[in-house]
Amino acid sequence: MAALINVPAKAKRGEIIEIRTLTSHIMETGFRHTAAGALVPRDIITSFTCRYNGTEIFRADLFPAIAANPYLSFFTVAKDSGKFEFEWIGDNGYSSTASVSILVE
Amino acid sequence: MNAPVTRRNAVLGITAAATSLAAPSILRAQSAGRVVVVGGGFGGAACARALKRVDTKLQVTLIEPNNIFISCPFSNEVIAGLREIEAQQFGYDKLTAQGISVVAQAATTIDTQKRSVTAADGEAFGYDHLVLSPGIDFHVEALPGYDDAASEKMPHGWKAGAQTLLLRRQLEAMADGGTVAIAIPANPLRCPPAPYERASLIAHYLKTNKPRSKVLILDAKDSFSQQRLFEKAWKELYGDMIDRVALSQGGRVTSVDAATRTIVTEFGNYTPDVANVIPPQRAGRIAEIAGAADATGWCPIDPVTFESKLVKNVHVIGDACLGGGIPKSASAASAQGRACAAAIVNLLAGRAPETPRLTGVCYNIVAPGYGFSLAGNYQPKGDIFAEVEGGATSPVDAPRELRAREAIEAEHWFQSITADTFG
Repeated sequence: MAALINVPAKAKRGEIIEIRTLTSHIMETGFRHTAAGALVPRDIITSFTCRYNGTEIFRADLFPAIAANPYLSFFTVAKDSGKFEFEWIGDNGYSSTASVSILVE
Repeated sequence: MNAPVTRRNAVLGITAAATSLAAPSILRAQSAGRVVVVGGGFGGAACARALKRVDTKLQVTLIEPNNIFISCPFSNEVIAGLREIEAQQFGYDKLTAQGISVVAQAATTIDTQKRSVTAADGEAFGYDHLVLSPGIDFHVEALPGYDDAASEKMPHGWKAGAQTLLLRRQLEAMADGGTVAIAIPANPLRCPPAPYERASLIAHYLKTNKPRSKVLILDAKDSFSQQRLFEKAWKELYGDMIDRVALSQGGRVTSVDAATRTIVTEFGNYTPDVANVIPPQRAGRIAEIAGAADATGWCPIDPVTFESKLVKNVHVIGDACLGGGIPKSASAASAQGRACAAAIVNLLAGRAPETPRLTGVCYNIVAPGYGFSLAGNYQPKGDIFAEVEGGATSPVDAPRELRAREAIEAEHWFQSITADTFG
């Protein structure tokens, strides 16, 4: 499973809409040790961004205290029909993207 | 004595006064002797019986609106058509015979200042100690769209009885090839492994009668009790018939629409043919009326005496209390009921209560002749119960003979707990 996105397919112009995202990721803190005593290296998502027709409308920085499979929900105003683009960036060159269309009437 | 004087407790007062003349050191026993138990399930009935067994002079009143108790344990078998509801039903005759005053009324108000419980018909019952064992109620605000009317279309089956039978009828009426969805709330809930037992037994019914059908679990949890045992059994017995959408796959149900039988999750909508919606839960309503429930909807207690942290002389047992590590199960409620009875007897006698050590056992039946179990020991640690050594879970890799034996043991467990409680 990559990412789960929930954006209303349709909205009225000016309407406040909720956007929900969930992506699967282990969010390894970097503080844990194996049974043999070796440190388990940190492997987390460090940032998330959402662009609405090219303009960044939401950004979040993520830290080791955030649990696995980060779930983020936020609100925006539906202005124009178009595309929401989501991007997750993390340790070890991790990068994942998704996009969803919306029809604004 | 603050409670209104009735003929009964006036008589009791005389005896108590005589005792205190003879032995002034047990002055506390002066007003002692009246315990009211609200709720006649596994917790309340066990508590009432234990009180009367330890001290036959105690005046024990059990307030419970239903004349017949219907057991949740084994009700999943009724849903799957493997058992009839009559096998789940128990009366209170033996409790009455033991000298417990069984009042077939709902408790409606509690005055913790005057130490009095009022029943629906207006009769008031004074107490020295009150035990609340009200079980659960549904947290309707936590699941928009789910109310009593919705539960007639999308049954919860989480209080055994008409709902159990409704879910069974819906399964029986469903065409082959249909989907049965089970919506599971986050912890804490009554009997944490039971939704998964239910999924298993529904799959058994479908495999036997409607083999093209599916079970879809929409789960507000990522991991659950005895998960590896369940998942292994599902694969072994039902192949890919059971599909589970966990929390981190978007499985948490956020609302329902009964008119269209739609279950809305955080990331999608489902319209199954049968929708078994188990709503989020909280302590039975009377606990809130008594002022014993906190913002969580559950009741914080002192785990040594089960006395509420919020109201004096009110003890809360069973599913309604915040037990920490101890699961909300029939077995735990029964153990709590007995331990609470012992604590009350000690408190009435002016003795220090003993620290209880409780045992909870939980059997899961995933198909006829296929069971496994979890047994745990629990002791007070701070404000809650913590699991201590001596517990055991069935091994994940075990021969079918062991599963068959545990299925038989489960039936024995049921016979024994219901006999202890009602027989």
